Amino acid sequence: MSIEVKNVSYTYMPGTPFESKALDNVSLTIEEGSFTAIAGHTGSGKSTLVQHLNGLLQPTAGQIIVDGQTLAGKGKEVKAARDKVGMVFQYPEHQLFEETVEADIAFGPKNRELSEAEITARVKMAMEFVGLDYETYRSKSPFSLSGGQMRRVAIAGVIALSPKYLVLDEPTAGLNPAGRDELLEKIREFHDKRNMTIVFVSHDMDAIARYADRVIVLSGGNLVLDAAPNEVFANKETIEEAGLLLPRLTTLLRTLEANGLKLDMKPKDMLTVEGAVRAIMAAKKAAPKHKDNRTGGKG
Amino acid sequence: MSFIEIKNLVHRYEGADETKRPALNGVNISVENGEFLAIVGTNGCGKSTLAKHLNAILLPTEGTVTIDGRNTADPEELWEIRKTVGMVFQNPDNQIIAAIVEDDVAFGPENLGVPPDEIRQRVTESLASVRMEKYREFAPHLLSGGQKQRIAIAGALAMQTRCLVLDEPTSMLDPVGRRSLMETVKRLHKEQGITIILITHFMEEAIAADRVIVLGDGQVVMEGTPRQVYCREKEMKALGLEVPLAAEIAARLRRNGLKLPEDILTDEELAAALCQ
Repeated sequence: MSIEVKNVSYTYMPGTPFESKALDNVSLTIEEGSFTAIAGHTGSGKSTLVQHLNGLLQPTAGQIIVDGQTLAGKGKEVKAARDKVGMVFQYPEHQLFEETVEADIAFGPKNRELSEAEITARVKMAMEFVGLDYETYRSKSPFSLSGGQMRRVAIAGVIALSPKYLVLDEPTAGLNPAGRDELLEKIREFHDKRNMTIVFVSHDMDAIARYADRVIVLSGGNLVLDAAPNEVFANKETIEEAGLLLPRLTTLLRTLEANGLKLDMKPKDMLTVEGAVRAIMAAKKAAPKHKDNRTGGKG
Repeated sequence: MSFIEIKNLVHRYEGADETKRPALNGVNISVENGEFLAIVGTNGCGKSTLAKHLNAILLPTEGTVTIDGRNTADPEELWEIRKTVGMVFQNPDNQIIAAIVEDDVAFGPENLGVPPDEIRQRVTESLASVRMEKYREFAPHLLSGGQKQRIAIAGALAMQTRCLVLDEPTSMLDPVGRRSLMETVKRLHKEQGITIILITHFMEEAIAADRVIVLGDGQVVMEGTPRQVYCREKEMKALGLEVPLAAEIAARLRRNGLKLPEDILTDEELAAALCQ
């Protein structure tokens, strides 16, 4: 089972002076159970691409196929396929509208005509997932919450629909470091425990390095890289041509190596702070210690 | 008296629960003319509330804010204060109003009644300052997020602002847009002596500042040079913040028993300490 993107092109405002091609013959497959990051400069087509994944946009050319079902046209099968893909937009807190947190999260499930008991169960599950205590927050107005909490309510509204594939467009933009890490850990937990397929768009290359098992890089509407993070980040030139930068961690490790520290790194260690620290410790232990006594300590 | 004086500032939003701590709870900050100050803190710590006090979008519940000797609570001073302090917000799409870049930049001086010839001159200079001259006749919606932010800065410059307050200006930008916006801000500070107040979540951006103030729960909890603040890695973490990557890795290596200086801030400093 998978989401297949087959030779998809998309043109905004065709036939007008503002016509612009946002996607140009993009093909890729999101396998069930994967954790995929999509990166690219502003205007590279990332958001256009993800809006195709649940049929919000219909390709100008090409096809989107979810679990074998094309998303073109109408009908029950198409709707069922679209419902498998949950979409969290950029700044989803701007879409909150209900009077209470519970009502806002329940809005989607209610439209699916589920039983009251099932709706409540879904709301509880979704709130637990995003780390909001049900009893504490259920009756609060979403507008009385902080930005980070509002973001979590909005994400819970999509989680409550129990999508098989969860697509998030820059889920951590504007969150402080602790909030960002917490949200990404929650998403990873959901991915691990429920085998939920995750697709997330991000500018945060370090987060991509840490969480994704695959990175897709778009540039000017074209797919330019599609591989595991360590392979993608070995292509410094392509990354920079695509208007992106290497993860801070990769740059730092390269600076250390350029200065003569011999790091014997497994590819995975390149991607996390913990792995990098392990590798640096190992390098220091392997290196002769003759200078340490004289230059160590507070200097 | 300093260029900006914030004294015992308390801000309580209208309708907010009176039993709770106010959004700003006794803040004292002075900013000198020409300084580059970074303000960091988690979501909900009061950063944006503070920013809005700097050009009288919000007024103090208690305490005073003075900009170049002018009290923000005095309605007579409003125009001068808003000319002195320009704001750039997080979302570039919320602050551009005209259909053509040059009209947008001219909007501020037009409202101030600046003569047309001078407006043209100011628009040219402001766009040059942010390296956007080429886009003078573009429609803003065709620009990237980073370019829009630079247009927003140009709009403030065209009002001959002496101080730019930037509230998380890069959080919606891609890495390259982020880098070029930060370069623009640093250049304006260096070459034109504009006072910069940068509010950010990105600790690496704050390294460029002369001084960093950490806000937590509506109060100033730490203050110092970036180096002084960032060597307090544990306290920063406890506040939900982080420190620059090199400082983070240095702290972890020290905990693993490696002897390293306490004040490593950049990749190069870490490399020098490890490879000596």
